[in-house]
Amino acid sequence: MVERSILPLRLTKATLHRSGKTLVGPVDMTLAPEGFTIVMGPNGAGKTSLLRLMHGLERPSSGRVEWAVDEVASRPRQAYVFQQPTLMRRTALDNVAYPLIVHGMKRQAARARAAEALRGVGLGDHAGKQAWYLSGGERQKLALARALIRNPEILFLDEPCASLDGRAIHDIEHILLTAHAAGTRIVMITHDHGQARRLASDVVFVHHGRLHETAPADAFFVSPQTQEAHAFLKGDILI
Amino acid sequence: MKFGLVFAVAASVLSAGAALADELKMAVTTSFHNSGLSEVLLPEIQKDLGLEVQLLVVGTGQAIRLGEAGDVDAILVHSKKAEEKFLAGGNGTHRTEIMYNDFVLIGPATDPAGIKAANDAAAALSAIKQAKAEFASRGDDSGTHKKELSLWSTAGIDKEMLDPSWYKAAGAGMGATLNTASGMNAYVMSDRASWLKFANKGELELLFAGDPVLFNQYAFLPVNPEKHPHVKAELVLKLEEWLVSERAQTLINGYTLNGEALFTFNAK
Amino acid sequence: MNDVLEGLRQAALLIVTFDADLMQISARSLQVTLTATLIASAIGLPLGGWVAVHRFRYRRSVIALMNALMGLPPVVVGLLVYLMLSRSGPFGVFGLLFTPTAMIIAQVVILTPLIASIAHQAIRELWAEYHDLLISMNTTRGQRIRTLLWDARRALLTAALAGFGRGIGEVGAIMIVGGNIDQATRVLTTAIALETGKGNFALALGLGFVLIGIAIAVNMAIHFASKTEVSSRW
Repeated sequence: MVERSILPLRLTKATLHRSGKTLVGPVDMTLAPEGFTIVMGPNGAGKTSLLRLMHGLERPSSGRVEWAVDEVASRPRQAYVFQQPTLMRRTALDNVAYPLIVHGMKRQAARARAAEALRGVGLGDHAGKQAWYLSGGERQKLALARALIRNPEILFLDEPCASLDGRAIHDIEHILLTAHAAGTRIVMITHDHGQARRLASDVVFVHHGRLHETAPADAFFVSPQTQEAHAFLKGDILI
Repeated sequence: MKFGLVFAVAASVLSAGAALADELKMAVTTSFHNSGLSEVLLPEIQKDLGLEVQLLVVGTGQAIRLGEAGDVDAILVHSKKAEEKFLAGGNGTHRTEIMYNDFVLIGPATDPAGIKAANDAAAALSAIKQAKAEFASRGDDSGTHKKELSLWSTAGIDKEMLDPSWYKAAGAGMGATLNTASGMNAYVMSDRASWLKFANKGELELLFAGDPVLFNQYAFLPVNPEKHPHVKAELVLKLEEWLVSERAQTLINGYTLNGEALFTFNAK
Repeated sequence: MNDVLEGLRQAALLIVTFDADLMQISARSLQVTLTATLIASAIGLPLGGWVAVHRFRYRRSVIALMNALMGLPPVVVGLLVYLMLSRSGPFGVFGLLFTPTAMIIAQVVILTPLIASIAHQAIRELWAEYHDLLISMNTTRGQRIRTLLWDARRALLTAALAGFGRGIGEVGAIMIVGGNIDQATRVLTTAIALETGKGNFALALGLGFVLIGIAIAVNMAIHFASKTEVSSRW
């Protein structure tokens, strides 16, 4: 029996207030079942808050965030990679096996799958190491492997390559494209314009907490519709 | 594994509280214990009666309280007034005198207050007050302390005249108070037995003794089973019979330190 | 200085000859404090974890209370437990006064807030780190607490050791509820108090050195058993 997809995700007049400030919203958008969405915008625009809102790490202060299924049912089908990967104080193997064990898989089977996943991201030799010993790039790959281990329907990423070197960035983009090709919906924040051009199928441009412009990738990069998007792509500072 | 740990802890806790077959609890004064006599008597009691006597060594005041609360089966103290009050309150069945020793006045070898030459205890204490020489007191409501206070009273010295500048109330047992006196090179009143056994004499010496008023009687009082049905009345009776027996007489009179007898048996 | 050297000599003598009194007093010290530490940990560690993770109405007050109880003077605890367990008290019927069980009870009361507070602090820090991750992974409350307790195990072991350290050197409470009865409730700390009171400083020091030795030995044993220094940073 095929499980019902959790997408599309619909945000209706969703807002997020904190300490009297409006971080996000109101936002109206629909996340279609297909695509590799890049979220871009100046610092402080509210990109991270928007992503957290979508994933459920924040509750909307007003408006609605609705999946195609019940919210509780949608959670196990989502995954999130943070800008600074949160590594648990365990071996790399146990870090990746954790989501499986938490959802009921037996430890041995989970570890076997985790070992496979680590090999898939090129960390096969580091399985027994304490996660803390890994380098920046290795840590982020670990976080990715962990996020993908349960074959999520949608993967959120918050600037995963922010502090990595070229080699690591290349590897991670490769992993993402592979996952996407296998059917994983991806929503990713990035500051790297080149990376955005390489990966995006569509772009969401966020400014002052609102969706300033959304468009398919080609259209956005070649001829952005708004003045701010244009300035942003040129490299100007947006206030 | 978790269950095994819980079981081990439970077993440890339970065995810690398990009671032995023939045992009773008796509260005794520090003066009695510090003399070392209990270390002679207890093994003999164990041998003769198969009875383990667990001693709680506290001041007379606390011993009386323990008896009143029923937390011990009998008490051995040395303050007749407190004992009579104890009996009047229905807390004990009777009192049996067992043995006596005497109190002595200890002080620095240089004897600044000159009590060596005193005629009696009252005069000695007056001299100490006159000289404002440092004096360490039990200060703990014990038999020894009550005796000391009665001596000051006999010398016509009220409590208010016992000024903290020279009168130091230690609030402690006999040994601890002797330690304090030794450390301060002060005068102190002690029972002879505790003094002889004390291991930290420093520059202190026995300066005055022999006044009949310094007589120190020890008595045995069973806790009243009517008030506290759980006390081991038969075992207490056995112990009392032993304590007034010839066997006890021999042991008590025969207990010496450096050739000096510490106690005199006087049970009838 | 003479006393100290004499004390060291006495300690060595007692140990080398396996002095019977020393053996049973030391065994009892360990029995009482180890048992109390185990019980206090069984209560305090999960309690600290639970308070760190759950949000409930009086959470701040509970945390403040837990921290305040750490400062409970042991001798006052002893007095209170004594009044509870005395024959004239509410639990007198159990006849627990002046037994090692009473001593364990008093020490559990003293150690639990200490262990719970340290555990709470450690788990709270770890929870701040793991918060988003564990929520993102859709874990249940029970899973979160178990994961935090396991990943913070080194800090929790430190909490338990802190409890043990406090307990093995404690003398006020166990003197009052135990009565320092020879062969029954006498432990190293109360024996030291007794011998000091008799003026036997050398013997008291000897016992003191034995006590120090035991405390260090237990700490080291656990330290090595958990391989704290060998592998990871934590």
